[in-house]
Amino acid sequence: MILEIKDASFGYSKRTVLRNISFKVVSGEFFCLLGPNGVGKTTLFKSILGFIDVKGGEITLDGENIRKWSKPRLAKAIGYVPQAHTPPFPYTVLDVILMGRMAHLGLFSSPSRGDVKIAEESLETLSISYLKHMIYTEISGGERQMVLIARAITQKPQLLILDEPTSNLDYGNQVRVLLQIKKLSDEGIGVVMTSHFPNHAFLCSSKVALLNKNGFEVGTTEDLITEANMRDTYGINVKIAKFVDDQGVDIRSCVPLAN
Amino acid sequence: MIKHNAVTADARPKVKARKSGLVLVILFLVLIVIFLWSFTVGRFAVPLPELLTVFFRKMFGLPATWSDTTETVLFNIRIPRIIVALIIGAALSASGAAYQGLFRNPMVSPDILGASAGAGFGAAMAILMSAGAITIQLAAFAFGIIAVMLTYLISRMIGKNNNSVLILVLTGMVVSSLFSAFISLAKYTADPNNKLPEIAYWLMGGLTSITSKNVMLMLVPFVIGIVPILLLRYKLNALAFGEEEAQALGVDTKKIRFVYIICATLLTASSVAAGGMIGWVGLVIPHLARMLVGPNLKYMLPASVLLGGAYLLLIDDISRTFFTVEIPLSILTAIVGAPFFIYLLVKGRNSWT
Repeated sequence: MILEIKDASFGYSKRTVLRNISFKVVSGEFFCLLGPNGVGKTTLFKSILGFIDVKGGEITLDGENIRKWSKPRLAKAIGYVPQAHTPPFPYTVLDVILMGRMAHLGLFSSPSRGDVKIAEESLETLSISYLKHMIYTEISGGERQMVLIARAITQKPQLLILDEPTSNLDYGNQVRVLLQIKKLSDEGIGVVMTSHFPNHAFLCSSKVALLNKNGFEVGTTEDLITEANMRDTYGINVKIAKFVDDQGVDIRSCVPLAN
Repeated sequence: MIKHNAVTADARPKVKARKSGLVLVILFLVLIVIFLWSFTVGRFAVPLPELLTVFFRKMFGLPATWSDTTETVLFNIRIPRIIVALIIGAALSASGAAYQGLFRNPMVSPDILGASAGAGFGAAMAILMSAGAITIQLAAFAFGIIAVMLTYLISRMIGKNNNSVLILVLTGMVVSSLFSAFISLAKYTADPNNKLPEIAYWLMGGLTSITSKNVMLMLVPFVIGIVPILLLRYKLNALAFGEEEAQALGVDTKKIRFVYIICATLLTASSVAAGGMIGWVGLVIPHLARMLVGPNLKYMLPASVLLGGAYLLLIDDISRTFFTVEIPLSILTAIVGAPFFIYLLVKGRNSWT
């Protein structure tokens, strides 16, 4: 599946937040969106997910404009992992994950045994089967984030959109969640993710989009996450360090400087 | 890949796989028992054997072996009243459960968008004009619908195309208090010797004057309202996670919300029109249902319907048997509902189980 943003502008009724954005994501690609707060990352996501209409240009999936797609059809193509939050009712984890099947169900139906099986597979894929019968509102933030990813893959989409999936997670959970998402992308799902940390892009991204007041640029992680670009984007000085890990693979890290 | 050591992971609460289907069957049986028991209590009680005789002989067209009084009491008073109590309880609980899901708020009750206040005003106006029982019911129903339409249209105007839930609820509060003011105005201008008490009694809720005509009048909006609410109920679950997440799960939230508001309004307005302002049922019963079968609306909504019907029927039985004078229903539902709600607050705190 190919998601293509063609010369699109994004925004709300009176305000245009982003102009002339073009990029392309294909299945299996890991696409990381970096940019400071308030630059319009969330607006961009909302438009791709069909919550708000684009103000110009178009968004296509396999060449078809998504504007005319029904909600269930769109949901079968694109899964969404929001930032974990607490719903007002104490659903079980299984209840929450089964909601990923909603787009595949008829208007009046509820999940069948087959759907439960798919949900259980997602739990296993993410190694969180032990959460199955727990109450979603009572598990930890990291676990909730994993459950939301499980719900999104239960949806069986070809593209996954993740809005800062690692915010509010401790260091270990951040890395575990990212590696899990990388695994999904290696298995053929296209991933679009926002993050506040360039190191997250180094860890798992093949492609990066840099969004700042100078505009919008797409390229490989190595080309775009440079000391100059980070200064332009975030207004801070960083050092990009290069090492070789124990397996002899080149790795990079972005380290902020105190001066 | 999030690993926990076994001790902490296992120490946390797990929900045993709920036997929600079984709970629904039990609730249905409880409802049947209360239904049959309702015939055997109060003035002109009809014992169970006689009741069954009447039903069977009627069914097969056999000649009557019972008195005319029994026939009149049973078919003109008792059966209509029992059915209306069941329907009102079920309707208020279903719309309460639907609204709590729709507005993502366990504190919401069916009158949130102004249906009750509007219906109360319609009834007060009809009483002022010395209308009959049927006209009062019709006027109450019509104004209940009008009040919610007003809420909906104003919130659309304010919210432009965002149609935010918060704006809808706030507008509902405004419209509610506006119609409450109109009710007070109607009471203020009413003749204190006959009209004022009539309005006051009507507002307190009761099924004393229910006849078979009232049943017919509320059966149609009940069926039109409850069927979509039950059919679409699984999809409503997604709304608990918010508008956008629900859309990303493939639910057309605008359509679902519109259908639910219309249906819940039909149920609430027709209930208030037939039985007056009966509070607490639509707030408390969904919580009780959630305690028994969990928050999944697949089970929770049917459980609310069954519990609500049984509960209001029981309350109405108490109202007409325990005291020499009938106690208005809203008084009883508040006396039972308020302490129960406190119990829920103490027990559930943040979890709302």
